[in-house]
Amino acid sequence: MGEVRINAKDMPYQVLNQRVRALVASGEKDIILDNVLGQRFIGDGIRGDDVTITVNGVPGGDLAMFMSGPTVIVNGNADHAPGNTMDNGKVVIHGSAGDAVAHSMRGGRVYVRDNIGYRGGINMKEYQTKRPILVVGGSARAFLGEYMAGGLVIVLGVDGVTPVSERGVGSGIHGGEIIIRGRVDPTCLGGGAEQKKLTEDEKKAIRPILEDFVRTFTIDPDPVFSAEYSKIVPASKRPFASKYTWE
Amino acid sequence: MSIGSTPMKYRVKIDTERCMQCKRCIENCSYGVFREEGDKIAIQSRNCVACHRCLAFCPRDAIEIEEKPGDYRSHPVWTREVRETIFNQAKTGKIVLAGMGNAQPYPIIFDRLVLDACQVTNPSIDPLREPMELRTYIGKKPSSLDLRQRDNGEVQLCTKLSPNLQIETPIMIGHMSYGAISLNAQTALAKAASRIGTFMGTGEGGLHESLYPYQSHMIVQVASGRFGVDINYLERGAAIEIKIGQGAKPGIGGHLPGDKVCADISCTRMIPEGTDAISPAPHHDIYSIEDLKQLVRGLKEATEWKKPVFVKIAAVHNSAAIAAGIARSGADAVVVDGFRGGSGATPRVFRDHVGIPVEAAVASVDAKLRQQGIRNEVSIIASGGIRESADVAKIICLGADAVYIGTSALVAMGCRVCGTCYRGTCAWGIATQKPELVARLDPEVNAVQVENLIHGWTLELAELMGAAGINSIESLRGNRDRLRGYMLDEGLMNVLDVKTVGA
Repeated sequence: MGEVRINAKDMPYQVLNQRVRALVASGEKDIILDNVLGQRFIGDGIRGDDVTITVNGVPGGDLAMFMSGPTVIVNGNADHAPGNTMDNGKVVIHGSAGDAVAHSMRGGRVYVRDNIGYRGGINMKEYQTKRPILVVGGSARAFLGEYMAGGLVIVLGVDGVTPVSERGVGSGIHGGEIIIRGRVDPTCLGGGAEQKKLTEDEKKAIRPILEDFVRTFTIDPDPVFSAEYSKIVPASKRPFASKYTWE
Repeated sequence: MSIGSTPMKYRVKIDTERCMQCKRCIENCSYGVFREEGDKIAIQSRNCVACHRCLAFCPRDAIEIEEKPGDYRSHPVWTREVRETIFNQAKTGKIVLAGMGNAQPYPIIFDRLVLDACQVTNPSIDPLREPMELRTYIGKKPSSLDLRQRDNGEVQLCTKLSPNLQIETPIMIGHMSYGAISLNAQTALAKAASRIGTFMGTGEGGLHESLYPYQSHMIVQVASGRFGVDINYLERGAAIEIKIGQGAKPGIGGHLPGDKVCADISCTRMIPEGTDAISPAPHHDIYSIEDLKQLVRGLKEATEWKKPVFVKIAAVHNSAAIAAGIARSGADAVVVDGFRGGSGATPRVFRDHVGIPVEAAVASVDAKLRQQGIRNEVSIIASGGIRESADVAKIICLGADAVYIGTSALVAMGCRVCGTCYRGTCAWGIATQKPELVARLDPEVNAVQVENLIHGWTLELAELMGAAGINSIESLRGNRDRLRGYMLDEGLMNVLDVKTVGA
């Protein structure tokens, strides 16, 4: 089957999402949504590893929420929480995204070419083979990777942008890691987070992810590969273990 | 140690005349009170939590447990509990963790409300003879019905109805997660809920695959940690509940300690074994009432608008205004969890001091929704401290559609309300993950006990309704004229919208 296009101009989100769902159910693999402007929940709860949904325009909040398998490509910016509690699949945003990107995500990948808002990667978790990955080309605002229980957040700060310069990075992190180009000002680290230099071996391990990212957005790879990185990891697996006493 | 030891909480004695040395007490105690020493059973009373497991299994009634055997100098302000908490914190410098519900001696509003009965002028109804309608529908009701007559004379309903849960009695089982309680305990509750035709909540611990056969009677919870939440989980549930708050710990999140995250729990919650399962205080994608609406709709979109979505809040000062916001968020029911609600583990200071009683919260939520003309938009589910059928009848009179029971259902499975759930060594196999303790709880036997309890309450509810001349639960709901306040102050009677006895 070839591609199917929907003109989303002035279409309410429920109608749009029902049509997408019906197309996926009928076996369509390549769905293109034109003139998207603020429609929420695109890809919400959709399954299908071989389905690609291309969004031309600016989707509303919770893009690809609970999604399990498909690829969503956004040619534009995205609102808050793309990849919210996403299970599997890939979200590629050719632009910036709002707050709580990849919130509680449990698998798959979210790539944001430019910047993200507050609370990126918050509460991400991993389990067995499921390891969510969020890669941001530009910068992230405060509270990046808070309460992370697993997964990987990478902020590249391409073109010399400071990846993150606000507080609360990794507060309460108890699993997973946040990898940042350069070094985070220690005053920006949250409670329970610890910063270490990324070793050459560790850098090698994330190389395939970086390669995929620069290829996706046609970014000059050399500055990305040659840069120094640091990682922010939990100071303890059990940050609250010593907080309580029994009655 | 400068503080020294404090008086024992319990003293355990064995009547040697009666004891036949069967050692069942040694086998049953999971707290290490009893041990064999030569031909004697030695007792370490300090380990006792008064869970009564030994007492229940002693064939000769030889065991005695005495509470607070050592007196402090009595004082109305500096109570024993206050002093002991200070000792504890002076030694540790930590937050005191407690179990079960509120343990402060606040007056119980339920116990100061009395129900009505018919005499002479309108006859009471005998449920033996007349049908009593206890079936309840949880979810949105249309504000009006659009009925049109077809050419052939048939009447057609043109209003699009929202999905509702049909329950055969207005008693459901609240959310207690796999993790907080054992899988055997959850299985017993699930069996009971299915057989009765009611529902139980999964709590925020995912849905274990062995419970899939009961999924049509389960409400799946989405809380701030999003444990075990994926599209399959959402699709399995009969309804979805967003947990914003809990009566036992309003305003804070939850931590399941890593040592309780065994292989099976790790699989159900979808987190690695041995890691702390941390639910943050807020949902980090909900920072406003608009964000709540977004999550409600996100869940509905994911499940194609086929399932009711509930929102659970702790009963707090402004519950009424919050519930009005929830009613406008597209949610189908609001769960109001009062400050007596239980918990496996909660900071003592929250359990005992934060939140308000469910009676006042439900009455004010119901009143606010009616004032605003949106009572039909949401059902009200009351939870937290529902102890008997009279509480069910009274809270329905105050405006609830149905109740969730938690602690009562656990008591039906043997729980003695010892409040030591946070230790993870529950001798009854309820609040533990230790396989040898979990195995003590037979899901089938306990399902029957929980079923019996709900059945008994349902019969009593029907009798109470019949006595009041009411044959349908709808006529009881919000029917404050069937209540009178006994020794309640005027301010509270205004909030509850009930008259005093004699009026």
